[in-house]
Amino acid sequence: MGPTDLSMLELGRKLGSGELSSVEAVRACLARVDRLDGRVKAFLRVDREGALAQAEAADRRRTKGKRAGPLDGVPVGLKDLFLTEGLPTTAGSRSLESFVAPYDGTAVKLLRAAGTPILGKLNMDEFAMGSSTENSAFFPTRNPWNLETSPGGSSGGSAAAVAARMVFGALGTDTGGSIRQPAALTGTVGLKPTYGRVSRFGVVAFASSLDQVGPMTRDVPDCAALLQTIAVYDPADSTSAPVKAPDYLAEIEGGVKGMKLGLPREYLELPGMDPEVRAAVEAATRALEKMGAQLVPVSLPHTKYALATYYLIAPAEASSNLARYDGVRYGLRVEGKNLLAMYGRTRDQGFGLEVKRRIMLGTYALSAGYYDAYYLKAQKVRTLIKQDFVDAFRTVDAVISPTSPTAAFRIGEKVSDPLAMYLNDVFTLPCNLAGLPGLSLPCGLTRGNLPIGLQILGKPWDEARVLRIARAFEREHDFHRRSPPLGAA
Amino acid sequence: MSVADFQPVIGLEVHAQLLTRSKIFCGCSTEFGARPNAHTCAVCLGMPGALPVLNEKVVEYAVRVGRALECRINPVSIWARKNYFYPDLPKGYQISQYDQPLCEHGGLEIDGEDGPRRIRILRIHLEEDAGKNVHDPGGGDSLVDLNRSGVPLVEIVSEPDLRSSSEAAEYLKALRDVLVYLGVNDGNLEEGSFRCDANVSVMRKGSTQYGTRVELKNINSFRFVQKAIDYEIGRQVELIESGGKVTLETRLFDPVRGETRSMRSKEEAHDYRYFPEPDLPPLRIPAGFVERIERELPELPRAKLHRFTASYGLPAYDAKILVGDRPLADLFEQVQAVYRGPAKKLSNWFLGELLRLMKEEVREVGALRFSPAQFAALLQMVDSGELSNNAAKDVFAEMFRTGRDPREIAQEKGLLQTQDTGAVGAAVDAVLAANPGEVEKYRAGKKQVFGFLVGQVMKAMKGKGNPALVNAALKTKLGD
Repeated sequence: MGPTDLSMLELGRKLGSGELSSVEAVRACLARVDRLDGRVKAFLRVDREGALAQAEAADRRRTKGKRAGPLDGVPVGLKDLFLTEGLPTTAGSRSLESFVAPYDGTAVKLLRAAGTPILGKLNMDEFAMGSSTENSAFFPTRNPWNLETSPGGSSGGSAAAVAARMVFGALGTDTGGSIRQPAALTGTVGLKPTYGRVSRFGVVAFASSLDQVGPMTRDVPDCAALLQTIAVYDPADSTSAPVKAPDYLAEIEGGVKGMKLGLPREYLELPGMDPEVRAAVEAATRALEKMGAQLVPVSLPHTKYALATYYLIAPAEASSNLARYDGVRYGLRVEGKNLLAMYGRTRDQGFGLEVKRRIMLGTYALSAGYYDAYYLKAQKVRTLIKQDFVDAFRTVDAVISPTSPTAAFRIGEKVSDPLAMYLNDVFTLPCNLAGLPGLSLPCGLTRGNLPIGLQILGKPWDEARVLRIARAFEREHDFHRRSPPLGAA
Repeated sequence: MSVADFQPVIGLEVHAQLLTRSKIFCGCSTEFGARPNAHTCAVCLGMPGALPVLNEKVVEYAVRVGRALECRINPVSIWARKNYFYPDLPKGYQISQYDQPLCEHGGLEIDGEDGPRRIRILRIHLEEDAGKNVHDPGGGDSLVDLNRSGVPLVEIVSEPDLRSSSEAAEYLKALRDVLVYLGVNDGNLEEGSFRCDANVSVMRKGSTQYGTRVELKNINSFRFVQKAIDYEIGRQVELIESGGKVTLETRLFDPVRGETRSMRSKEEAHDYRYFPEPDLPPLRIPAGFVERIERELPELPRAKLHRFTASYGLPAYDAKILVGDRPLADLFEQVQAVYRGPAKKLSNWFLGELLRLMKEEVREVGALRFSPAQFAALLQMVDSGELSNNAAKDVFAEMFRTGRDPREIAQEKGLLQTQDTGAVGAAVDAVLAANPGEVEKYRAGKKQVFGFLVGQVMKAMKGKGNPALVNAALKTKLGD
């Protein structure tokens, strides 16, 4: 067992005791990247010098007895939409291929303050639009469990890097499931916090009212520790909430005894659910029941409208958020004979197919004469979806469901059918629309040895309970300790 | 038929910069005239990942404007994105307010053509300014300066209540005076801190159905407002009379040719795709906030004008000039409080000597070197006969230049009129003795000679004779 098999907290303890150095940990990660990433293709950029310099600094802090915290010296990776001063930040897009971030975003600053060396920038669907990382303008990332399959998306690079033990943890973003779905497909743990829990400042925006930054790790305590680092109120983000984060590790081992867990009727009725996924999730809920939780059927009657609602609101916001990539100030510029031609050529060559599709959808939904029928109606339905959860949480402490209706699908299988791709997110979207915290953790493997994810949704600001439920399941199972078959190769 | 048969209907949209030190959504300076792009950051450059944070001072200033214009202040208003592409708009959208603005349903009283009129104000909302495109006169590149990007603006939209170009100009001036009084705007049309678009239509007199309106842009001085609107009224009337139809469009005013020309038609109009700004929560006005701002509102120009005519008894003309400059009006009241003489006399000094000298040298009241008490003392010296009016002007000029005490200046220049009846008597005796022929004529009934004799006495006293004393002494000695 090498250092890369350790969890973040385990490595942190060994770094604290001096048993291992941060430089050794970074070197071990880099060695794995060198050995595996040619096949997995999780990284868009590996920052060897930067990571080693940060590791050396972490080691110096330790010898002086000035460790910055439990994760000081533990190498992490970042989805490539976190602005990282001096490093390219592409958002998986040609339009930002040449863009070097002029500043660190808030989450990145917090990671630096916690002492975690940043190993590199991870692949993603362009502007976080997609569920397979195939929409990256550069190359698709492959699922370490089966290189013919997708790791999911949009944070597929982050999920694959964590699953393949190339980094100890990573940050992703989740707008409709972009942390949880890839976590499910790669057998890792991913958490989308409550909207407003983590600052969005310095994160390339997709859909501002839905985007949320979150941790992707190998187990639940790591997830709690990484969340702890970034869950800080930020006055630079007006949607960041001045709500103090509790100690997420304090009660994580407290178990589920006496908790009421809701099973939404509508989720199990959704079409396209893989029987193996259904079986694994049912087994997981029974396991939780055995641990002392009470299972309660709940109803989320507006679930069937979530997909349509999401695909109006998210593209509408995206169409506006992506207007700034116009070739005037930074990023790609393709000259034209006049201003309009410059705009047109820049955006035609800068954006991929899915991004263009969503800009068009969003522009249409906001247009005069269509606004009321589409955008405004979607906002009203969003309120109803939120209300569904408010009602459900009157009787239960959390809601349990599959994360994704299927395990990893083959690369190329759904690219030509955007609707099939969108259906991947049916279980994850409502959580973003309602602004709730949601976590995915591994709860089984298919016969084909592909991970299956269990989703736990909590009340607003109740990440601690979500983590505690996840930890209770994880402690009794070993899915999170299974490694993808890559290691032997 | 002619222009006289038509009733113009005009509404104005005014964009006024709020004079906060930093921008509306970031900490950058709003200072005018800096090197291009010196006052920019990730937020006002529209960098990826940058987010807006509201400057609270901006809200305070806007509420001041709203209450001064008798608007309702909405306890909750919504930020909206106005989407369009232009190189000076870094995010590709402007953060503004749309269907739920901060202030609504106010009004402003102006002097209309037939007496005072209240022009209703539909709404006032907050928004950020765009940058500026600079075109290389050499025909090369276009450059973008984003120093203005994110400068806070209020847009003040009137109802279509104005009925002539002169009323429009009057409204604009009254509005500017209010904003300047509130200390939230410098009223400078030329530097662009106060800008105006006009919606103009015409209808046949007696009709109640408004005509199709045309939006006029680029009206950057008070003179142009009137010219642009008059031109547009004429154009619309001519069009209708020749059987044509006014079309809904935006027209640009060309100040060189004094005409308007079409900029874009209704079909070419932008669809701004407004939607609520997801990066900013709704703007909530805390309880007591509006009341606090109201308590701190200064007396507004209109109220001050009424008071200056009513309680000081000043002619409307004088009052308007004084009130037109708030510091000047304040100075007037400070001097008057010490002087306590006839206010009209003081007003004459303000409109005469003071403004004349200010035009030449010190342009701002705040930079004046003398104190209100010194000014009052000077006037009291005139009233008591110690200084002649002409001498007082000399003393005032010196006081204006140096800030020295008027009595000191008068003494030094030897301008004080003597109050010594003995000296006057002696001078009168000497003049009478030296002009026996004239005295004879006077006594024979040729009363015009009296003036000549006064002149002689004043001359003998080198101008320091108090005219009242001289007159009295002469009359006694001549036996009247």
